[in-house]
Amino acid sequence: MAEPFIHLAGVQKIYRTRGTDFMAISEASFDVEPGELVALVGPSGCGKTTLLKILAGLHAHDSGELTIGSRSQPFDPARDIGMVFQQPLLLKWRRVIDNVLLPAEILGLPMAQSRARARELLALVGLAGNEEKYPYELSGGMQQRAAIARALIHDPKLILMDEPFGALDALTREKMNLELLRIWQEARKTIVFVTHGITEAVFLGTRVIVLTAGPARMADNFRVELPHPRTLEMKTSEQFGDYTRRIYRLLGMD
Amino acid sequence: MNLQRYSLAVLSHLALIVAWYLFVKFGEVPKFVMPSPYDTVQALLVPNYRWLENIAVTSIEIFGGYLLAVVFGIGAALLFSWSRPLEMAVMPLLVSLNMIPKVALGPLIIVWFKYGIGPNALMAFAICFFPIVLTTARGLREVEPDLLDLVRTLKGSRWQIFTKIQLPGALPYIFSGMKVAAILAVAGAIVGEFLGSDRGLGYLMLQVQVTLDTAAMFMAVILITLIGMVLYGLVLALERALVARDARLQ
Repeated sequence: MAEPFIHLAGVQKIYRTRGTDFMAISEASFDVEPGELVALVGPSGCGKTTLLKILAGLHAHDSGELTIGSRSQPFDPARDIGMVFQQPLLLKWRRVIDNVLLPAEILGLPMAQSRARARELLALVGLAGNEEKYPYELSGGMQQRAAIARALIHDPKLILMDEPFGALDALTREKMNLELLRIWQEARKTIVFVTHGITEAVFLGTRVIVLTAGPARMADNFRVELPHPRTLEMKTSEQFGDYTRRIYRLLGMD
Repeated sequence: MNLQRYSLAVLSHLALIVAWYLFVKFGEVPKFVMPSPYDTVQALLVPNYRWLENIAVTSIEIFGGYLLAVVFGIGAALLFSWSRPLEMAVMPLLVSLNMIPKVALGPLIIVWFKYGIGPNALMAFAICFFPIVLTTARGLREVEPDLLDLVRTLKGSRWQIFTKIQLPGALPYIFSGMKVAAILAVAGAIVGEFLGSDRGLGYLMLQVQVTLDTAAMFMAVILITLIGMVLYGLVLALERALVARDARLQ
């Protein structure tokens, strides 16, 4: 097996508030290989967002081991993370292209090159021709596409997504799932994708990690052996059903 | 559509003047109660009233006090956004002080600073300061936590957060405070002139009140209103230039 890009062993996170401890993550252990699209799925309160924030370096973990990067893929925490949230969080006073450029500005990357790259990325996410528009001129799905382009502008090795399609209507969400798979295959990034959608997790993930709530713990970790490129028909297949049933059972919903 | 809007707005203004004219003409209203539009304009020809000088004085008070309030109001709000303890200590104090009817400070201002352009500008300042500092502080506080996380993952500095996210995000709030304050500034300066002054349109109004030159009083009110409109228009133009359309608070 190849050297893992992300390695977690016994990662634990406890929130302490006024004497009472709240176990946000009891024990997370898993490896992510470079180029994987890992779906973290679970109900609210299972610690999946906390885990994502630990990976992003925004929260410290209390015990356990966490390494990101490998010899062949060194990881710079300042410039190798791209983030996408549930809300697009575009700056409404900036044009779409200038929103995409925000991380490049913060990192002080050469602007002329970044601008050219932003145009390419907007084309990649299907927003060619919308560069000079303001966010309010775009639909929710289009805004989220721009947010994905923004997460890619500084060419990070790891993309962290926190329920990025959770606020979209069901049909747009399906469409964005297909789009994300296409973008992932073209951009060749490692993606960690947090969702509470079980079919979404199976459909997108090369690997699914199931977290359960109360106390928050890691319940399962399996590879999804569905071929790529994935198609919507796969959702009706026997194999797909097996995977989703497996997750439903773990979450006590069978 | 736009042309229609503008022409309707102009029409309603003209209609008011016509109604005024007809009311005075056919209502046989005495001139000292209500002068006609023509009489009102005629008042401008009385050289004794020193219109230009009085306009200049009142304008200086309004614009001066207003600019001071913008500078200090935004400045104070910035300090609060940089120091949480300072905000927690001073902000509630400002909210309490805001409850003081600023007009009631007039006699005190006269005791402390005598009367004149400076004290009247101070009055305008006192009345404008609070809405600006309160709305600006609120705007600077309203930052999406996830957006801060995004900048933090890139190891962005506080200064970058401030210039790229916080300040532009606060601009619509700043302008909503500045628009409210623009209207208040005019009232502040005029009340200051009423309480104590030797120049300005408010002072002139008190003088011509004695001689019952109602036409001159009308003219003074119109000129004061026009000064306020110029200030408000400048603020609107600045907002238009600086704030993206969708971000403007209505």
